[in-house]
Amino acid sequence: MAMVEPRSTKYRVLASHLGMLAFIAIILFPLLMVISISFRSGNFASGSLLPENPSLEHWYLALGIPYTGEDGVTTQPPFPVLLWLWNSIKIAVVSAVLILALSTTSAYAFARMRFAGKGFVLKSMLIFQMFPPVLSLVALYALFDQIGNHVSWLGLNTHGAVIVASLGGMALHIWTIKGYFDSIDRSLEEAAIVDGATTWQAFRYILLPLSVPILVVVFILAFIMTIMEYPMASVLLVDTDKLTLAVGAQQYLYEQNYLWGDFAAAAVLSGLPITVIFLYCQKWIVGGLTAGGVKG
Amino acid sequence: MKIRRCRGATVINGLTTMITETLSSPGIESRHSMTRVFLKWGALTALVGAALYLILALYAQREFVFAMLFLVLTASAVAVFVSKKLYAHRYIFPAIAGMGLFVIFPLMYTVGIGFTNYSASNLLSFEQVQENLLSRTYQSEAVRYDYQLYKTDEGYVFWLEGEHQNLTSTPVNLEAGERSAPVLPVSGKPQGEPLSIREIIQLRGQLSELTLITEDGRELSQASLRSFAAIHPQFTLHDNGSLTNNQTGVTYFPDQETGFYRDGDGNALSPGWTVNIGWDNYLKVVTDPSIRGPFFEIFVWTLSFAVATVVFTLALGLLLANLLQWDQIRGKGFYRTMLILPYAVPAFISILVFKGLFNQNFGEINLVLEGLFGIRPDWFSDPALARTMILIVNTWLGYPYMMLLCMGLLQAIPRDLYEASAMDGAGPVNNLFNITLPLIIKPLMPLLIASFAFNFNNFVLIALLTGGAPDIIGASTPAGTTDLLVSYTYRIAFQDSGQNFGLAAAIATAIFLVVGALSLINLKLSKIKV
Repeated sequence: MAMVEPRSTKYRVLASHLGMLAFIAIILFPLLMVISISFRSGNFASGSLLPENPSLEHWYLALGIPYTGEDGVTTQPPFPVLLWLWNSIKIAVVSAVLILALSTTSAYAFARMRFAGKGFVLKSMLIFQMFPPVLSLVALYALFDQIGNHVSWLGLNTHGAVIVASLGGMALHIWTIKGYFDSIDRSLEEAAIVDGATTWQAFRYILLPLSVPILVVVFILAFIMTIMEYPMASVLLVDTDKLTLAVGAQQYLYEQNYLWGDFAAAAVLSGLPITVIFLYCQKWIVGGLTAGGVKG
Repeated sequence: MKIRRCRGATVINGLTTMITETLSSPGIESRHSMTRVFLKWGALTALVGAALYLILALYAQREFVFAMLFLVLTASAVAVFVSKKLYAHRYIFPAIAGMGLFVIFPLMYTVGIGFTNYSASNLLSFEQVQENLLSRTYQSEAVRYDYQLYKTDEGYVFWLEGEHQNLTSTPVNLEAGERSAPVLPVSGKPQGEPLSIREIIQLRGQLSELTLITEDGRELSQASLRSFAAIHPQFTLHDNGSLTNNQTGVTYFPDQETGFYRDGDGNALSPGWTVNIGWDNYLKVVTDPSIRGPFFEIFVWTLSFAVATVVFTLALGLLLANLLQWDQIRGKGFYRTMLILPYAVPAFISILVFKGLFNQNFGEINLVLEGLFGIRPDWFSDPALARTMILIVNTWLGYPYMMLLCMGLLQAIPRDLYEASAMDGAGPVNNLFNITLPLIIKPLMPLLIASFAFNFNNFVLIALLTGGAPDIIGASTPAGTTDLLVSYTYRIAFQDSGQNFGLAAAIATAIFLVVGALSLINLKLSKIKV
């Protein structure tokens, strides 16, 4: 490349490397610290980043195994972390499947069919998407209270309620999938319809197989967003056994009952899989995220 | 491209032939479609039946709003799935219904609550309050019997001694859960020894739930360990809607303005019911100094927090994106992965991690600061420091998103622009302000507004990190110096004593307006085509 380069470039490159490495060191400090803390013994221990005498006590407790220390005292696990993780995964998988199914069919109609009020509905969805559900929690609570009086598995303090409530946030996914459908040439489906296929068949056997990549992205996005959902789950779920991880995790850090070490192990245990999934899928996810601005 | 399309077309041709072949075998088709029609109508009838049951049940409980909601939902579902004209709407119906039920309906319901006095003290409807008051009873002082309890083989027998007559009951099997028994006038005591007071105390649970019924239908219940007394209804309802307290003789009139029964002196009877109070909640926010002060402070902090977050994350993200775009830098993949790590860790975990690290007494950050500079800042009790901490944490959480956005946008800028500016001797700063920023600001704007709106309502950060603490002094509702409007609203509605849903809904409505305006602007700016 015939780039015009000033003489100082070498030093600037070096400075950039050093600057970025220093920045990364600061950024990673909290994460490394938590990993280190999870191996310290006791909940108030201080020490260096590399623990001098590592202990697995917090990891035992996080995995739900009672731990007997050197002094012979047995500690019971304070919270059912694995159960919370399982609850979170269960809720997130079911709602991601539902969200994917419903938003794909809707996106198909929006991308391929003509009908009254299409533009209006699409735009309204974008606007309503921005309203935070925290503000209508009183109404949502009343709604599920009413439904629960007649359909018990959808009432308050059920996972069904959290799953169904997550369906309110489909607009973003519909837009993402619709954008992808728009980029696929529609002449393929038209040819199929000319040959006698129904609209549903054109959708099911032609468009869907071509759209697998975006469906994967939307599934993962919906999964992660449901796992991280906090306000609605915190109001709808009550029993300790039913909590999701996002709601339960904060119970470690109450002023009266401060379990810093136990929290660290639980945080690493439950945060790691989600982080790895995210990093693995990041190049697909980023494209989907820029469409809506859902985080940060 | 050409090859791909050709291959695609062949596949499609094959597929369509397959489909048409399956469809054109006549026998299968007709039998198939018969079953399908049958299934379709069966499923529809079952669904409508279930929905109608729910609607009727809600209607019977006087939950008119919810009955209406499900009626509209069911009706539109039937219309969409029966009408051939609305075929396209079948595809979008479930998604739209989901949004309607869980986003739009709660929104409208919340706006509605904003005009009422719905709160912990005015929770029920007028009918429910009336029912509640009329079901209350009190025990007569005049009709009172001392009693003794005898244990027989068939159960416990009561012996009641009154002023005018003595009564005895049929044997009651208290242990088996019998809760009422008739009593009859007699002259002689039952045989045997009465139970001691200690044995009666052991039975107090069952005794307190027992009702004894006299010949003329009067009900008696336990008044003390030694006596039973007649039960009277506490209130009598008059034709004009007023209630008279039979015990004190005071008459209460329903006050539909404030939702309470009141006597002549204005003393209210609890519980109250929910009434429409118009704009009072909004007026309260503007006029009541113990609400106006905190509200205004929180509003200003919410705005500054959202702006500062967008500015900090954008500045950091843009800088890093520029560095990562630079050809001279090696190891981009490594840097990129490390830099987006804060974004990959679930927010609810990293926020709690920071909560622990910033802890004033045992947090690692204060340990480091004390070791290096000998200071221990009060991150959670000093308002300014608490806000600083929140901004630090939120910048940590948010810069990777901005970096990813900027990296995408920077790639779209033609390289020769920088080439030309380098020829003219421009430095990196010149490039940033004269080429990069003007070119990316337009596509970036809608995303910045979305980020602003998101942070304006960043409930999770505040709820998990500080919970709003430290508190604002002199506020009549729960309010903290680090509260955003959303968390403030949440605390008014759900925290401790107040539970003032009406006021919370009024503030929520104001936030809805702000958010709605922002998203409309956003829609205009991003020029979305549908």
